[in-house]
Amino acid sequence: MSLLQIHEPGQTPLPHAKKSIAVGIDLGTTNSLVAVSENNKPLVLRDAQGRGLVPSAVLYQAGSMHVGEVARAALQDHPERVVVSIKRLMGRGAEDVMRVADQLQYELDTSSGGMVRVKVGGRVLTPVEISGHILEELRGRAERTLNREVRQAVITVPAHFDDGARTATKDAAKLAGLQVLRLVNEPTAAALAYGLDKGAQGTYAVYDLGGGTFDVSVLRLEMGVFQVLATGGHVQLGGDDFDRAVAEHFLIDRTRMFGAEKLTSPDIRRAMAVARQAREHLTEHETGSWPLDLAGRLTWHSLDQATLNALIAPKVEQTIAIARGVLADAKLDAAELNGIVLVGGATRTPLVRRRVAEFFGRPPLTDIDPDEVVALGAALQAEALTRGSDALLLDVTPLSLGLETMGGLVEKVVPRNTPIPVSLAQEFTTYQDGQTAMAIHVLQGERELVSENRSLARFELHGIPPMTAGAARIRVLFSVDADGLLTVSAEEITTGTRQQVAVKPSYGLSDSEMAEMLRASIEHAKDDMTERLLREARVDAERLLLAIDGALRADGDLLADGERREIDRQMQELRRVMAGTDRTPILDGVDALNTATETFAARRMDRGIQQALAGVSVSALADRLVAGEGTRPPGAAK
Amino acid sequence: MAACWSCSGTVDRDGLFCESCGALQPPRLADHFARLGVPAAFDIAVPALERRYFELQRRIHPDRFAARLPNEREYSQQHAANLNDALQTLKSPVRRAEYLLALKGRPMRGSGQETVDDEEILVHAMEMREALAEAATPAAADAVVADARGQAERVTKELVTAFAANDLAGAARLTLRLKYLDKFVEDARERRRP
Repeated sequence: MSLLQIHEPGQTPLPHAKKSIAVGIDLGTTNSLVAVSENNKPLVLRDAQGRGLVPSAVLYQAGSMHVGEVARAALQDHPERVVVSIKRLMGRGAEDVMRVADQLQYELDTSSGGMVRVKVGGRVLTPVEISGHILEELRGRAERTLNREVRQAVITVPAHFDDGARTATKDAAKLAGLQVLRLVNEPTAAALAYGLDKGAQGTYAVYDLGGGTFDVSVLRLEMGVFQVLATGGHVQLGGDDFDRAVAEHFLIDRTRMFGAEKLTSPDIRRAMAVARQAREHLTEHETGSWPLDLAGRLTWHSLDQATLNALIAPKVEQTIAIARGVLADAKLDAAELNGIVLVGGATRTPLVRRRVAEFFGRPPLTDIDPDEVVALGAALQAEALTRGSDALLLDVTPLSLGLETMGGLVEKVVPRNTPIPVSLAQEFTTYQDGQTAMAIHVLQGERELVSENRSLARFELHGIPPMTAGAARIRVLFSVDADGLLTVSAEEITTGTRQQVAVKPSYGLSDSEMAEMLRASIEHAKDDMTERLLREARVDAERLLLAIDGALRADGDLLADGERREIDRQMQELRRVMAGTDRTPILDGVDALNTATETFAARRMDRGIQQALAGVSVSALADRLVAGEGTRPPGAAK
Repeated sequence: MAACWSCSGTVDRDGLFCESCGALQPPRLADHFARLGVPAAFDIAVPALERRYFELQRRIHPDRFAARLPNEREYSQQHAANLNDALQTLKSPVRRAEYLLALKGRPMRGSGQETVDDEEILVHAMEMREALAEAATPAAADAVVADARGQAERVTKELVTAFAANDLAGAARLTLRLKYLDKFVEDARERRRP
């Protein structure tokens, strides 16, 4: 047929390869989503059951892994094999994690220093790899649903995610085979979804309370340009904290009944899962009660909305205080805003909606599903970046960036809420006569003391000509690109000596670690496939051997001595190769044994027919057949 | 005007794109006023400045060059960073005044003249801070802040006149006063934060 295909000159036909498409991904603490936009119409991609949310949970089993509902369901029975809320560990160093260790439900491996690793289902994985597995699943869902290749994405991150967490997110995407077109702040993506749909103009606040992170941002929408005026938040504040408060409430109930219980981390995870069900139920209902099966004891716990509100009120008030601070940063009063956008599943909580409405003095906008609005905005941005669009997104630095100066103090170079991209320089000098080198310590945060801020990187500027203290002029340049990623360079002005670092946080992945992981993930994919094929071959062989054993016991007399010896030999040979790890001799052995037993099988069939004709009861024959079936190993039947 | 880096064609009036091949050009403009296309004067309308900023960002922002050549991406990054710096600098009267003084060869820092004025201004600032501390009610505190804002507006108007007359010494003094007033209003706002 291909001979009949005629093309226009200069046109290259690609009949099967549809053009690849860029997607928007909301990589959430609790749930993730993938969406795509065409002609400015964004759409969340759903599974066969119509579910758009993919739980950000990964189940690790020997030789396989599952992301999403399956993994979240497995949390109840195999919590030790499931990782949830991994976003909380993105870009975190072992030291950071120790600080919040009591809140974490993972088993951690901090022995290797630097980046923290999670022990799960017999594996030791970095948060980057685990997030990569979630992204891979989302990419797969998009490719299956759209029947197109997906290689590029806009991924959303909490507005005040620091440099380390942003870099970690980009690395995870790389592991999942995705090129990040742009990291977009979640509140910005939400405003994008609202703004473009409605052509809104004015100043908006976005209140985003997700599973593990809280953000509030003030944005101005004007002439199709989204400008972030101020942003703030908390990386460890979200719906998970509500769940924790509820779980603790339940566990205190049990302590009253049984005294102090010794609970394992899987127990606590189970309690958290039940607490989450309770909280979600109370969004729509006044009261309810839930079973908790821990340490071999089942208890029932009831909870009503008033008690839930009392339990979570401190956390809700914390979000309101942060919102107040961000408004002050934006130099705005609540009354000057044109609207409030709600984002994140936890904003369904009635107390949250009430307090937000009270604080901002108006009911929040909820037209778009708060779980989906961020992914929809990300999809719009992905389309804008690949296909072009009139909208433009101007973002700001979420946290101040600075340098350590004498006395352990921080000198801010780029204040928070500075529009990006930005390049700002500051001059420093030496403090000792004849000083020829200077340590540059890059920090992120709002505090005055070095020890209270996030350390991003350290490097040294050498080759400063010896001068009296204070005479040298060192110009340090901070450049933040449109993704919010930082590069720092230092230069001694009189001599032009220059050093530069792209800031890779000390607890992040080095390029070589990253390369190693990519290589390992590709090889493991191959290993996993080889392993599965080997197992299938072994199962087939085992099934054949069992069937022949049964046949020999029943009808072994049909064989001559020589024939019997040959079959025995072949069976022995097959059993020997089955113990090995090479699949080919097993397949060969199965073929050989099938050939060797052909005559035997034919004779057995003849005997069966003769016996049937000779008046053997049908039921006896059936019994024999059933016995034959029963020798098959469970699950091996095809 | 220099020729296009890519095709040696003519570069457009804004110095951004090549008129022949459309390639983005490296940043060449010398100062923030030129970058935002306004005359180098103190008296400028901020809303018009912002409109011009948005217009330019739309054309040169890195998001527009995600799929273009690496050097165009680099230029767009530089243009966008320059524009951000330009808007932040020119939007604020104090920073605009400081920047203009530096352009006119009379930078604020390090000249002896202001040290004398410093004392005058410091005394005034301390008096206002005392007034704020003594304010018994939130309304009284707001009145002190409103007074400072009024003073800042007057000083800004005087700056317009000083720059128009090219009285750089006077402008420098006024700039320093405005700086203290701004800082006072900012601190008062900060204090009201919980």
